[in-house]
Amino acid sequence: MSLLEVRDLEVHFPIKAGTLFQRTVGAVKAVDGVDLDIEAGTTFGLVGESGCGKSTLGRAIMRLIEPTKGSVTLDGQDILALSERRMRAVRRQFQMVFQDPMASLDPRQSVESLLTEPLRAHKIPGGAAGHAKRIRELLDVVGLPESVVNRYPHEFSGGQRQRLGIARALVLNPALIIADEPVSALDVSIQAQVINLLKELQERFSLTYVVIAHDLAVVRHISKTVAVMYLGGIVEQAPAADLYRQPLHPYTKALMSAVPVPDPNVEGSRSRILLQGDLPSPANPPTGCRFHTRCPWKQATKCDTERPALRELPLVAPGHKVACHFAEDILSGTITPHEVKPEEVALTPAADDTSGIEAAADATEAHVAGGLTPGGPPGAH
Amino acid sequence: MTLLEVRDLSVTFTRSGQQPVRAVDGVTFDVAAGQSVGIVGESGSGKSVTSLAVMGLLPSRGVSVGGTVTLDGNELTSMDQRELRDVRGRDVAMIFQDPMTSLNPVVTNGKQLVEVLTRHAGLSKGEAKTEAEQLLRRVGIPDPVRRLGEYPHQLSGGMRQRVMIAIAIACRPKLLIADEPTTALDVTIQAQILDLLRTLVAESGCGMIMITHDLGVVAGLCDDVHVMYSGRIVESAGTKDLFARPSHPYTDGLLQSIPRIDDDDPADLLHTIPGSARDTVAWDRGCAFQPRCERAVAECLSGPPAVTELGTPIVPHPVRCLRPVGEDVSLHEGNVAR
Ligand SMILES: Nc1ncnc2c1ncn2[C@@H]1O[C@H](COP(=O)(O)OP(=O)(O)O)[C@@H](O)[C@H]1O
Ligand SMILES: Nc1ncnc2c1ncn2[C@@H]1O[C@H](COP(=O)(O)OP(=O)(O)O)[C@@H](O)[C@H]1O
Ligand code: SF4
Ligand code: SF4
Ligand SMILES: [Mg+2]
Ligand SMILES: [Mg+2]
Repeated sequence: MSLLEVRDLEVHFPIKAGTLFQRTVGAVKAVDGVDLDIEAGTTFGLVGESGCGKSTLGRAIMRLIEPTKGSVTLDGQDILALSERRMRAVRRQFQMVFQDPMASLDPRQSVESLLTEPLRAHKIPGGAAGHAKRIRELLDVVGLPESVVNRYPHEFSGGQRQRLGIARALVLNPALIIADEPVSALDVSIQAQVINLLKELQERFSLTYVVIAHDLAVVRHISKTVAVMYLGGIVEQAPAADLYRQPLHPYTKALMSAVPVPDPNVEGSRSRILLQGDLPSPANPPTGCRFHTRCPWKQATKCDTERPALRELPLVAPGHKVACHFAEDILSGTITPHEVKPEEVALTPAADDTSGIEAAADATEAHVAGGLTPGGPPGAH
Repeated sequence: MTLLEVRDLSVTFTRSGQQPVRAVDGVTFDVAAGQSVGIVGESGSGKSVTSLAVMGLLPSRGVSVGGTVTLDGNELTSMDQRELRDVRGRDVAMIFQDPMTSLNPVVTNGKQLVEVLTRHAGLSKGEAKTEAEQLLRRVGIPDPVRRLGEYPHQLSGGMRQRVMIAIAIACRPKLLIADEPTTALDVTIQAQILDLLRTLVAESGCGMIMITHDLGVVAGLCDDVHVMYSGRIVESAGTKDLFARPSHPYTDGLLQSIPRIDDDDPADLLHTIPGSARDTVAWDRGCAFQPRCERAVAECLSGPPAVTELGTPIVPHPVRCLRPVGEDVSLHEGNVAR
């Protein structure tokens, strides 16, 4: 059963211009039409490069940002329709864990006060003694000694702080935890401890997780289902094992081939799809398939005119969805990758339209590296 | 041929009224021309301080540096500031995680490149302009002419890193030091930059020191690796050898605790190294890794652990540990029971 259902969610941030009279001249399409179904008690992984809208999506689900369109249903309840007062009560059910716990913990508050605050704010019965007991339990659950209650966040190491952040997220017994890059600020040896802790807590308290991360290996390890985002949209979604064994979308393929593997034998033999250029601006996303400006499989028709829908393919694992017009042909090998020129990307919404053309004409060393066969120019197939 | 020789390098920070901090301790390694050497370790293990000491970039006050650094037969550690500046402009170049630490935000990309080329490569202004354009092209920047007239902030992170690399290679340095050059970048952009660095080293034959916390980056790029822990190198080996036979308990634990993207049957829980790098012991009292080490024995706390050589004189694989992983024939009979 789905604990959380998201339908056609959009978060567009207005871009204002003008000094005296601000007017809206455009929008950053941070999240642009996302559907999600998250099963209770499982982990849903959300990956993608910075700026693709992961954090905005996470915050919009919790209604920390008001979506511009769409619906979010938690346990059958449409939370976007709730009044602010009703929303406060619902908010207990979901909590967030951040990358940098220091930024979300008040440095002047002791551990005791940090952990008691949510209990008081939500008027949880039990009184001081009950609250103190709950806090001792929680510290034990996240692997911190009771004796830390009188200490302050800065006295802890990065890993311990993240344990505190997790304890705080657990205080109110939430059903859903959205963890935004929970381990990316931690050293490798500490990452593993925190990942294991998250897994153990999930089992113990039947938690549902949305884990946002740019580290694809971490996400594979903890997720049941994984979605890949590119410029505000989900381009592929599948059970973790299927996605990693057989990525179907060209962007997912490129992303996975770019992740360094700690094994020189693998590194020396794998083929790599090197993407050209940078991520286009979400204020001015490419037409059609958002990935078409960098896609080594781009075709002459459809790719730059029609936005592909996320759909299931016959012949692959059930639940494996991909947003690519040519996914079948790519899978069967009837179309092959070709060279892509690095098109320039406007960093500001006020892009001069000629830049892409000039860049393409000037590019010298564009290539698709690795064991791929370079073909003709885009659209030649 | 050996290009860079670092011998017994140590760096101690002394602050008045405080205990001196030995950030780097007895670090020894070589870099040959055309070779990429990785230095890996967790944050605070001394990687950046090591590279700054090699470059002679540490402040002279409050810091004492010991040991020697020799580049192409010239001892950098005995040079004065002026000579060092020359070496840095000409023979050694550095790339940082954040390009803005070395790019000037109010000077155009072109001016910065031209300045380096006229000052250190002795080109005329006209020649330098042509060369600057070539360099940007070489590091994969589309539309170089336009980019030369722009300021660093007008570039994306990946492009900025390319401009910094262009500046670094402008004078054809013999040695390139890259300190976490891709840590702030997305993985597809990281792949582009690593590919560029790999090509540059292969084409120019310069030596490279790659400082990173990512063992995946090392696996794909480096010929030799040195693993640092708490200011010391604890294990050194050829990259293939290190990954095939990680022998320091820290290296071994680290490799086991990294989730892998190509692991089709991941175990439910990851292997972990207990504690954190804060739980440590001063090296002169014993092994700094002892509080976290599953193989520790009483002897590990009696002075700095000796180096065990697991390789051969031609293919060395030194490990600073009394009980390296896989060497279960007790080196210290009577102590193994725990
Ligand atoms: N409050 C905001 N106002 C305007 N633009 C924003 C705001 N928050 C995020 N954005 C933009 O939305 C896009 C997605 O951002 P974000 O969700 O943070 O991406 P991610 O978490 O995947 O890195 C980015 O282009 C970002 O600059
Ligand atoms: N200017 C300084 N004064 C005092 N201690 C320093 C200074 N710079 C670095 N250190 C210490 O030296 C150690 C190594 O730092 P660093 O080389 O930056 O680590 P890494 O690059 O491996 O993360 C750390 O413990 C750090 O606190
Ligand atoms: S729809 Fe076209 S451009 Fe988009 S991913 Fe598929 S092949 Fe590439
Ligand atoms: S010297 Fe002892 S404590 Fe240190 S790594 Fe080796 S076995 Fe562990
Ligand atoms: Mg984010
Ligand atoms: Mg550093």
